[in-house]
Amino acid sequence: MTNLISLKKVNKFYNNSYHALKDVNLNIKKGEIFALLGPNGAGKSTLINTICGLAYHSSGLINIAGLDLKKNRKFIKTMIGLVPQELHLEAFDTVFSNVCYSRGLWGKKNNYELVNNLLKKLKLFEKKDSLLIQLSGGMKRRVLIAKALSHNPKILFLDEPSAGVDVELRQEMWEIIYKLKEEGVTIILTTHYIEEAEEIADRVGIINEGRIILVEEKKQLLAKLGNKKLVLKLSKKLKSLPIFLKNYSAKLNKNGKELEINLDKSKNDILDIISLIKKNKLSFLEFDIKKRSLESIFIDFIKGNTK
Amino acid sequence: MINFKAILAIYFHEIERTKRTLFQSIISPIISTSLYFIIFGAAIGSRINEIDGVSYGMYIVPGLLMLNLLTQSISNGSFSTFFPKFNGTIFELQAAPISGIEMIIGFVGATASKSILLGTLIIITSTFFIDLNIAHPILMIFFLIITSITFSMFGFIIGLWADNFEKLTLIPLIIVTPLVFLGGSFYSINMLPEFWQNISLLNPVLYLVSGFKYSFYEISDVSIMTSIITILIILLICILFIIIIFVKGYNLRN
Repeated sequence: MTNLISLKKVNKFYNNSYHALKDVNLNIKKGEIFALLGPNGAGKSTLINTICGLAYHSSGLINIAGLDLKKNRKFIKTMIGLVPQELHLEAFDTVFSNVCYSRGLWGKKNNYELVNNLLKKLKLFEKKDSLLIQLSGGMKRRVLIAKALSHNPKILFLDEPSAGVDVELRQEMWEIIYKLKEEGVTIILTTHYIEEAEEIADRVGIINEGRIILVEEKKQLLAKLGNKKLVLKLSKKLKSLPIFLKNYSAKLNKNGKELEINLDKSKNDILDIISLIKKNKLSFLEFDIKKRSLESIFIDFIKGNTK
Repeated sequence: MINFKAILAIYFHEIERTKRTLFQSIISPIISTSLYFIIFGAAIGSRINEIDGVSYGMYIVPGLLMLNLLTQSISNGSFSTFFPKFNGTIFELQAAPISGIEMIIGFVGATASKSILLGTLIIITSTFFIDLNIAHPILMIFFLIITSITFSMFGFIIGLWADNFEKLTLIPLIIVTPLVFLGGSFYSINMLPEFWQNISLLNPVLYLVSGFKYSFYEISDVSIMTSIITILIILLICILFIIIIFVKGYNLRN
């Protein structure tokens, strides 16, 4: 696949001289779903806003579809759709009129049929005459997607599409993203959730403190970072880790009342650990298998704890 | 290439917003102006002598018109730019392929259209209370249009500058309204002692009200050319400010 977006040594300073993006080099391929991961304040939104033209980069080169962003900002914007993280919508406008407004802003002729079809695809058609203030959070997010798609963008940016969204809607959103990919749209999304990246991304990038610290194919990244952990709620407090767990990456939490054991993805060792615990008569009230959040994986990653 | 469709989208989006707030944008100013006509025109005005050969009810029409044009243009202009900042929808204007000039034409065009409509409705309303004759209709239309555009642009600037609701209402209420009242809207500055006449000449709104008065009744506190030059200077200052805002990206982009 050819590169659709290419960033070379991009830096962004805010007015207060805060260095938000530091020598960012990144290539995004045409037709792929690229997930940008990172903790709060890492620079994800700044990077997206810079590529979308909402913020101007201080130095470096941003090339989109072979064009320099600085010289062709207006034209490049016609190719881009943006779904922001926050549900920014005008309260007293109707769904239909607001989507048509977005289409107009991108210089497209009124096309009621296209807008109606888009609303049907996003399960919003029944609500087309409703005021935006009357919609649920999930519907508002879908309206934002409809607005971003109203001008048939070639590139779609989704900033934290799953923030504050229930499981059902998250699944629906993923389906929409798959369909868009099938239609040839290049999708870049930022997320806190490794599950989301795991589910839909082709490639994943990690940003921290304004630097891109990792870009990898999803499968390779998950092999590195996406491990699970076994959490046991203990019947009795422990002062230190039991010796029989010395071969495992484990730690005690909550003043010795909770035992957390990291599971190795390459080995299916849950049953081994449970039988080891039983054998050593360590009693517990309940157990749970948790997938580590990106935040925790990320903290381990930058501390160098993740192998 | 000019994005005409975006200009029209912004324009009609703003006009739709006015329709949703018809009472606040149009009906409310007409009611308050009618009250001015009833109180100062019919009730008190009948006991006041003519000013410069014009009955008091007629005399206050240009001033009332100017009061509404200025305050409504600034209020509507500032709200239309402040609100996208307030509710966050400004991201869409920043992300869309729209230049600063296109944005200005859309927003200022819609605000100025509202003001022109309001001004026309106030003139029509005034005919229910007084016998209105307009000596120079073309000049009056020129002042109506240029004042609406200039102060809509001024409102646009205030909307970008303001970061809270207090700042938004500060300039129309604390500065513009007193300037209109003290700018000869309800009296001729010739009625003032010389010292206050000279002080009044420092008030730019006086020149606008005077120009309007001339277009209606051929009476004025300053020459008509001075009035025309003043409004053009204010317009140029507003354009200059807007150019600076878009070049610097002030409150528009990070």
